[in-house]
Amino acid sequence: MVNYDENGTPKKNKLSLQIDLSKFEPATEEEKKQQDVMSKSSTFFKDGMRKLRKNPLAMASMIVLVLIIVLIIVAPLVIPYGYSEILSVNGKRDKGAKNLAPFTYSKMEQKYIDEGNYRFPHVFGTDEQCRDYFVRVIYGTRVSLIVGFFASLIVLIIGMIYGSISGYLGGTVDLIMMRIVDIIYSLPDMLMVILLSVVFKEVLVFPDGSILAKLGTNMVSLFIVFGLLYWVGMARLIRGQILSIKENDYVLAARTVGAKAGRIIRSHILPNCLSVIIISTALQIPSAIFTESYLSFIGLGVQAPMPSLGSLANAARQGLQTYPYKLVFPALAICLIVLSLNLLGDGMRDAFDPKLRR
Amino acid sequence: MDNYEHLLSVQNLHTAFTTDNGTVQAVNGVSFNLDKGKTLGIVGESGSGKSVTAYSVMQILSENGRITEGNVVFKGDNITKWSEKQMRSFRGKNCSIIFQDPMTSLNPVFTVGNQIMEGIRLHSTQYQSSPKERALEMLKLVGINEPEKRLKQYPYELSGGMRQRVMIAMALACEPDILIADEPTTALDVTIQAQILELMQDLQAHMGMAIIMVTHDLGVIAEMCDEIIVMYGGRICERGTADEIFYNPKHEYTKGLLRSIPSGANMKQRLIPISGTPINMLNMPKGCAFCPRCDSAMKICLEQIPDEISINENHKASCWVNIRDEQKKEKEAVTT
Amino acid sequence: MSENLLEVEHLKQYFPIRTGFGKITPLKAVDDVSFTIKPGETLGLVGESGCGKTTVGRSILRLYEPTDGIIRFDGEEVTDKSIPDLRKQMQMVFQDPYSSLDPRMTVEDIIGEPLDVHHLYKSRAERRERILNLMDIVGLNAEHATRYAHEFSGGQRQRIGIARALAVNPKFIVCDEPVSALDVSIQAQVINMFEDLQQKLGVAYLFIAHDLLVVQHISNRIAVMYLGHLVETAESNELMDHPIHPYTMSLLSAVPIPDPKIARHKSRIVLEGDVPSPLKMPTGCPFRTRCLYATDKCAQECPKLTERSEGHMVACWVR
Repeated sequence: MVNYDENGTPKKNKLSLQIDLSKFEPATEEEKKQQDVMSKSSTFFKDGMRKLRKNPLAMASMIVLVLIIVLIIVAPLVIPYGYSEILSVNGKRDKGAKNLAPFTYSKMEQKYIDEGNYRFPHVFGTDEQCRDYFVRVIYGTRVSLIVGFFASLIVLIIGMIYGSISGYLGGTVDLIMMRIVDIIYSLPDMLMVILLSVVFKEVLVFPDGSILAKLGTNMVSLFIVFGLLYWVGMARLIRGQILSIKENDYVLAARTVGAKAGRIIRSHILPNCLSVIIISTALQIPSAIFTESYLSFIGLGVQAPMPSLGSLANAARQGLQTYPYKLVFPALAICLIVLSLNLLGDGMRDAFDPKLRR
Repeated sequence: MDNYEHLLSVQNLHTAFTTDNGTVQAVNGVSFNLDKGKTLGIVGESGSGKSVTAYSVMQILSENGRITEGNVVFKGDNITKWSEKQMRSFRGKNCSIIFQDPMTSLNPVFTVGNQIMEGIRLHSTQYQSSPKERALEMLKLVGINEPEKRLKQYPYELSGGMRQRVMIAMALACEPDILIADEPTTALDVTIQAQILELMQDLQAHMGMAIIMVTHDLGVIAEMCDEIIVMYGGRICERGTADEIFYNPKHEYTKGLLRSIPSGANMKQRLIPISGTPINMLNMPKGCAFCPRCDSAMKICLEQIPDEISINENHKASCWVNIRDEQKKEKEAVTT
Repeated sequence: MSENLLEVEHLKQYFPIRTGFGKITPLKAVDDVSFTIKPGETLGLVGESGCGKTTVGRSILRLYEPTDGIIRFDGEEVTDKSIPDLRKQMQMVFQDPYSSLDPRMTVEDIIGEPLDVHHLYKSRAERRERILNLMDIVGLNAEHATRYAHEFSGGQRQRIGIARALAVNPKFIVCDEPVSALDVSIQAQVINMFEDLQQKLGVAYLFIAHDLLVVQHISNRIAVMYLGHLVETAESNELMDHPIHPYTMSLLSAVPIPDPKIARHKSRIVLEGDVPSPLKMPTGCPFRTRCLYATDKCAQECPKLTERSEGHMVACWVR
């Protein structure tokens, strides 16, 4: 028995399994569109940063690096000692302030404090020239970081220009340019640095007081060597990237549209290499710092009295048995910086490399 | 077990993948049966879940995928409950698979003969003592000339069509009951495709195995398959014999697919495409998966997944339009 | 001013390949191909992989430097000098929607690049307006202009590629397998769009594809290639109903038809063997190694295209 309502459609029996007929009305466009939501827009960069944030080691490294940078900027403003300043109390040279252990004072200083004055503590003690060690380590870190950064920058610029020209032009040009790279690769870098240091000591004369004079000929020769030798790795990397990017249809599409080679390299190829470039630079900095450190260690580094972590470590060798802390601090600083940069670079590669996506 | 109703019975299969962006329910309640000597075609576009269904049967899903619900019953045994060791003996011996890209499916560092014999040595009891002879026999069977020479060759020395034949030889060496073909001819030229399809039909006549053909190509389906399943969004839209599906399609998706390919008498007529874009598996609608793109969508389609009803004994479909038409017929039958 | 928009005469494209120590063999990707296209017409170019159809498309647009042959566009010969200008009239749509769009550029910049290169606007506002207009023509939402390519589906990406090709208002577009990488349901949308654009804007197409059913649907005329040679050209219905060249016949019979009854009763001509390597092409007619009708003459001399009936050209000695 079917009951009908006022419209003539069969009324639904409460117990019937028949479906409510009003549901069979056609669905409107808006109702359908609700299902079709495009996900939030995000660029490649934002995606990568999100992934990076999930990586605890990379995040920790980033925090450590930020802390170090803040420290080396702020600390010299707070600490009243200069890096080459021989400690003196009331204007008189304090000869007893040699090789103090951390947080101890010399006799003169102790007397000074007893008189009611404040003397900033020697956080890392002093060295054999009566200079505050903490300040020297801070300045040493500064020098190392700056050297590392600028050396990497030189490597990046030269390598990028060379690699992109070679990769894009291809053919014979590429062949010749890469053979030059091979030859440079085979040169012994240590030998070159030593040779150049010796040569430049004779040849280069810097105006007194300038930054270059402070750094010394050794540092300058280090930069020159970096500029001459170390860019080859980056050049090869970029050339490889360009060779693979060149194969993509969008490069061909740009040619079809009429874009010239310069525009294609600038707008299409280099931006797509960006993640590789950043990562490789991030990994290049610790390598440069390390190089500078061991050069300083063997005495070919920064001109005294300017400290660098390597030269501090070198100087610490002599009193190693009695004052082990003098080696520990600079070595620890080097380790921390190099490790953080490496971990950060690794984390960035994992986050930004499109091939590793799941 | 010897008495079983169907060679392979997939019951309410659900398969999910965990990804960086969430869980994807790739297969959502798929059930079908396969009998000896028959060819079943699974048709669908990308994202329909057809390949995942096939991989679920053999349990060769990638690391982040797993069967979350349902059973796969082979000759009466529920193989979803089997251990990895039991599955290893199932794969290759009872059920084999050939993949789409013959270039990457063959190991480039082993010779062709080595790869065919690998399966024979692992599974076969009757050919254990003479794997090389069996391999030669298989190569001849799949129509490769100079089989002696080919045994010692490496995959890169063969053309695409020949590599696919080698894949088929590998798959059939142990005389499996089921052959799964996952888009076997999509990467091949049309004339080579014709050769491979003909080969598969000949081998089926010769060896009697059942074939599950997974593809998006409706032409291939029409040529090869007795029974067809149409999938969309991880669910079965429609199933039936080839004639029923092609000449009497009932689900809106199937109808849309058939209208959007140029064919026969309507060659020059304007195609009627299915509007919208393929489904985003991360964001499945509450009701019918096809609803956002369906011209005949109704309010109920948005809210409820349609039940499967029988159109006739060879043909079932899950579409509210069919259910509504059925009910209209019933109503008319009652009122007359 | 001839009536043909595009004239290709005896196009040859050889690539030198190193095949041994000091030995270089030319890979004859395209060997003496000639055809014409009228304004607003679609010529379908079909063949299997390695037949050279993609190379033909790229050589016409001078993306490869042709080894020999003359290409005339609108009566003017296409040379290194004339090509920068002609790039405004001839464009290309690519096969792979995933690699043909720069992942670092927004949709707006991708479509706007041709406008930037040819300085086709006077103000930023005009540029924006033109881009939005193009997006509308291809059926993309205006609000998607600031999104990146990877956020779109295959079909939508292909529309972006088409919008990019249309930006310069070309008279001729080479479509290199534009729908092969798309799902069946999306293919129909894009094919319809191509047809609509042709009707609205009068663009001529060289439609390169391997899917014969699609080609038959969209083309006025079809040309069949095998191993770098053009073997048959005819009006599309004529080619499908009355193919003459043996390769065309076997190609047509190999296409799977989505119709079970026809499929069951089809008599198929299945070719034996594989396609020979283009580095070791057979002498004479390239198809003779697989041809059922091959004679001695076929091994000696390569047949040229001859006209059999109105507009129907075939290169065969026997048939």
